[in-house]
Amino acid sequence: MKQFITFLRKEFAHVLRDKKTLLILFGMPIVQILIFGFALTNEVKNTKIVVVDQARDESSQQLISRIEASRYFEIETILPDAKEIDNAFRRGSVKMAVVFPSNFGPDLAHLKRAQVQIIADASDPNTANTLTNYMSSVIAAHQDELNGNSEIPYRIQPHLRMLYNPQLKGVHNFVPGVMALVLMLVCVMMTAVSIVREKETGTMEILLVSPFKPLLVMVSKAVPYLILSLINVVTILLVSMYILDLPVNGSLLLLFAESTLFIITCLTFGIFISVKTNSQQVAMLISLMGMMLPTIMFSGFMFPIENMPVALQVISNIVPAKWFYIIVKSIMIKGLGFSGIWKETLILAGITLFLLVVSLKNFKIRLA
Amino acid sequence: MRTIRFLLQKEFRQIFRNKIILAMILVMPAVQLIILPLAADYEVKNINISVVDHDHSPYSRKLISTITASGYFVLTGYQSSYKEAFRLIEQDKADLILEIPASFEKNVIKENSGHLFIAVNAINGVKANLGGAYLTSIINTYNHDIRLDMAPSPRFNDQSRIATTSTNRFNALMNYRVFMVPGILAILVTMIGGFLSALNIVKEKEVGTIEQINVTPIRKHHFIIGKLVPFWVLGNVVFTIGLLISRLIYGIVPAGDLLVLYCFVAVFLLSVLGLGLLISTFCDTQQQAMFIMFFFMMIFILLGGLFTSTDSMPPWARVVSQLNPVSYLISVMRMVMLKGSGLKDVAGHLAIVGVFAVVLNTWAVLNYKKTS
Amino acid sequence: MNTVIQTDKLTKRFGDFIATNEITLEVYKGEIFGFLGANGAGKTTAMRMLCGLSKPSSGKATIAGFDVYRETEKIKKNIGYMSQKFSLYDDLTVLENISFFGGIYGLSDRQLKEKSETLIGRLGLRQEANKLVASLPLGWKQKLSFSVALLHYPKIVFLDEPTGGVDPLTRRQFWDLIYEAAAGGVTIFVTTHYMDEAEYCNRISIMVDGKVEALDSPANLKKTFQVNTMDEVFYQLARGAKRGE
Repeated sequence: MKQFITFLRKEFAHVLRDKKTLLILFGMPIVQILIFGFALTNEVKNTKIVVVDQARDESSQQLISRIEASRYFEIETILPDAKEIDNAFRRGSVKMAVVFPSNFGPDLAHLKRAQVQIIADASDPNTANTLTNYMSSVIAAHQDELNGNSEIPYRIQPHLRMLYNPQLKGVHNFVPGVMALVLMLVCVMMTAVSIVREKETGTMEILLVSPFKPLLVMVSKAVPYLILSLINVVTILLVSMYILDLPVNGSLLLLFAESTLFIITCLTFGIFISVKTNSQQVAMLISLMGMMLPTIMFSGFMFPIENMPVALQVISNIVPAKWFYIIVKSIMIKGLGFSGIWKETLILAGITLFLLVVSLKNFKIRLA
Repeated sequence: MRTIRFLLQKEFRQIFRNKIILAMILVMPAVQLIILPLAADYEVKNINISVVDHDHSPYSRKLISTITASGYFVLTGYQSSYKEAFRLIEQDKADLILEIPASFEKNVIKENSGHLFIAVNAINGVKANLGGAYLTSIINTYNHDIRLDMAPSPRFNDQSRIATTSTNRFNALMNYRVFMVPGILAILVTMIGGFLSALNIVKEKEVGTIEQINVTPIRKHHFIIGKLVPFWVLGNVVFTIGLLISRLIYGIVPAGDLLVLYCFVAVFLLSVLGLGLLISTFCDTQQQAMFIMFFFMMIFILLGGLFTSTDSMPPWARVVSQLNPVSYLISVMRMVMLKGSGLKDVAGHLAIVGVFAVVLNTWAVLNYKKTS
Repeated sequence: MNTVIQTDKLTKRFGDFIATNEITLEVYKGEIFGFLGANGAGKTTAMRMLCGLSKPSSGKATIAGFDVYRETEKIKKNIGYMSQKFSLYDDLTVLENISFFGGIYGLSDRQLKEKSETLIGRLGLRQEANKLVASLPLGWKQKLSFSVALLHYPKIVFLDEPTGGVDPLTRRQFWDLIYEAAAGGVTIFVTTHYMDEAEYCNRISIMVDGKVEALDSPANLKKTFQVNTMDEVFYQLARGAKRGE
């Protein structure tokens, strides 16, 4: 036990001495959360559009003012004719064009029917869809206003309620994802690189010929990162709860317990990588390519898993982050207890055990 | 000038002997461009809807079949109560609940007003937005059909109607891949350029060969140029490979001028390489450099408009976005590849990225000290 | 006698720690000057200042006639350097390393070709010329490093513990190379803690705790301290040292 503490002391010294890395280790999650929390949103507002007003009469002006007043849109320019639309799109800043035909006013007044054309930049199909919907609803609202409060017969009124996240904030999706990402990065990459560095510089051999159990050596390398990661979890939660107003509907204790499990999973992954590689560069690359990318892709927080082709969905099942993401969301946002997440917990534990066994089997007492 | 020739010879020799870098250059584009677009499909489909029908009338049944016929929704089943349906939402088996109250049909016909209650799992904002929008739209059309059915009353004719027609430009098939691929290409170029250059000088520091360089009369800016050029070339190679893959696998061909794209990528690479070199001069170990580069890269990519629009960002984030070279790259990639924008349109972006390149590289040269 | 290195109270401080403490010495053209001291005595720090790799905290120094504060780049044109940690490129071949460093120092293509040929022949590396340097045994790497340091006909060559870790035969061969260079007019400034190598030098200085505690020819030092070997001279001086192991 005393030997273990000695090792721990040395490892902590290593880690704490590297101030630049420490800064990033602690700063990164905070910055990420703040970005995700405040800057990234799927909400549509202030979208720049261009209006082609070929009518230039009172009716068109009225509708145009209404569009201008809406928080969804910001009119960049009002063009005299439709020729310039494509150029406006090409210049890159506008996402939509609304075209009023020249007889808009007269048509509305006499025929009671007028047409407006909505042209959306469908480079981003979802945005185009959403924008088209919003524009239609603005126009429909204007239409209703024109018609006064007259009774519409046989009216069906849908009442929409948003569950869990009434303001459609991205936080609820992102924060659990950021947690998974940061923990993954720190635990896997740092542990792997730290162990491999000793191999590279030759100090590993010294440790291996010593009477200390090699397993002890590895574990002692992982422990500082365990502590650091727990601190990170606390930081992330504090920032999310108090600065981003993210509610934690479930048990904090359960959340910590599950986080610890996930951290151990990642650390084991790191150890596994270190057992298999001999150079820092390779360890880093594998961590990034083999860990980061799949985590970002398959955890489900950036890309919806259900949209992926089946093959990829299957692959996503072996990415630990996917299960952790579900667990965190269930606890934080849905407020579920252990009964709701025992399945995922079991899977995570299973992955950890598997990695541990494989690492132990592959661990060479004698370096090649 | 001769010095640069020798530097380039050395760098290229080292690069080609480094199997890891070579693997990265060839494998990364392939992996990113093939797997990411498959994974990054934001198109909203298969929204699971659970129906709680207390009415069981012809109207309610017709509504439900209209909804399922639309193709957007998948009916997970009929639940007998809202509570039961909510359980499905908790288990992620349903995304939406539609509750049709008892006497729905009667209320619509007799009282001219029937109500429907929709609950949407809004954890995923995009899905919630679109799901809600689609459903509301279907209900409105259904409503309109009922009115027509019941024969138009004179009052109805007095209503003004503004009809809208909508067209989609540039991506008529609404294919999400077409949108994602240019963005992913941008990320690819950024990552390769950034990481390779960041690690390079630091490796020489770690190994010790930089001392031998520092003791020669080599000029600082020659040294930096000698580091820039090889990775600049590599960046362009990776970009080309990426374009080829996009063409071969997705059939995406730039709508605009290829030359404009290359021109922009060339200048952009200089700026991201400059950043990598700058970071290199501040770090002592490869691990540090990698970490710091990763940190910047992440911020740049997230705030660059790849996944979410820069329009909806708060003012401070928009300012940061303007200081972010990657946002310009992503914009230009999309503009030129999807919309056919020309040199005139991207000239502004080009100038800004050019300024970044100059500032970052100059700073790197100034910060690199041969005498410590 | 031509003075190629001249220092006056040259000092390097790291915060409160004075690594090099007001050293004053002169080195003459063509001599083999041994710079001795225990580990941690401050030899490498001093040497790095003389090479223009590190800026002094105070004091003066002139190398090959150039000022160490204002004319470091000119100094570098006239010196060669071999660091303690081997610093040629492991992933380049012998020939590639030679042509790279030669080119950086401004040798023409023709000169490079000639010198490469001569060097390879001289060192007996003909078989290995196109092999990666990483595959060479340590002794050959050291000899190669030394030769590369001489490519551009420098006035002074700084060697930081050049024979660390090599076998006695290789050490002898190395010193043969050093003698040859010195005979050609190159001044050699070498640090070492092999005391027998101290005997090979024209003059030596011994650093203890950052200061120069002795500066003379080996013969004179032995007489002064009334001992028979340089080992004992060193022991006398260094045992009072507070730094090092």
